[in-house]
Amino acid sequence: MAVCIAVIAKENYPLYIRSVPTEDELRFHYTVHTSLDVVEDKISSVSKALVDQRELYLGLLYPTEDYKVYGYVTNSKVKFVIVVDSSNTALRDNEIRSMFRKLHNSYTDVMCNPFYNPGDPIQSKAFDNMVSTMMVQVS
Amino acid sequence: ARMADEVLFQFLHNELIQYVYKSAEHGEMENGRCITRLENMGFRVGQGLIERFTKDTARFKDELDVMKFICKDFWTCVFKKQIDNLRTNHQGIYVLQDNKFRLLTQISAGKQYLEHAPKYLAFTCGLVRGGLSNLGVKSIVTAEVSVMPACKFQVMIQKI
Repeated sequence: MAVCIAVIAKENYPLYIRSVPTEDELRFHYTVHTSLDVVEDKISSVSKALVDQRELYLGLLYPTEDYKVYGYVTNSKVKFVIVVDSSNTALRDNEIRSMFRKLHNSYTDVMCNPFYNPGDPIQSKAFDNMVSTMMVQVS
Repeated sequence: ARMADEVLFQFLHNELIQYVYKSAEHGEMENGRCITRLENMGFRVGQGLIERFTKDTARFKDELDVMKFICKDFWTCVFKKQIDNLRTNHQGIYVLQDNKFRLLTQISAGKQYLEHAPKYLAFTCGLVRGGLSNLGVKSIVTAEVSVMPACKFQVMIQKI
């Protein structure tokens, strides 16, 4: 389960960001922000050397002491970032994958909604609910 | 069910043109404005469609890879056939030839309705431009018909 989920536009500004309510919410924003450099690096290195690795899922971007940051890039260059707690060792790679999958499906629905203007912040309730199911529940 | 799908799209597309032209004033100026409006509608639809169609594909290698996707997968999903011929000068111009373009097949093949062809192509021009734009390729798309129902779409990539 994630502690922070973010959707970043192709021009690298946030379309959506949600984190568990904590004292230092800003820290998640910072974490997501810094992860974008790693994403950029991964995409550009792929085009140079590893031509076979053209998967949308980028895997673990970087681990910090407390969190693990995972990334995913759509063909339209929209980035998804998921931050999970490092103590959560039970979470496996294909579970992260399926979370991104869900995120991508839901984002596609948002894009195909004629009332949504591409590039605007995402305010869809359906998207919000889907994200809620993937977040750590804090009671 | 697939046959019905195709017919529905064609009817909707025809009505779209009727709607845009009926709600406009008459005159040469207006024709251009209607074409632009149809093109813009196509643009937004193309943006959404490409998001859906590329959901399960690997990242594209380069511009040519993107164009091939438009000619094969994109065209098949929308028009139930592939582009018949793709040509490029390798300097940002691509010509997509469709020998039997779906949206022109219901129009008489003679010269009689040739002048009406542009309005049946505007939406598709927008569709291609919108799709490409969402994949990060800025372009200008135009279409021309010499003998119905064959037509050529010219894509000019805008280098930034």
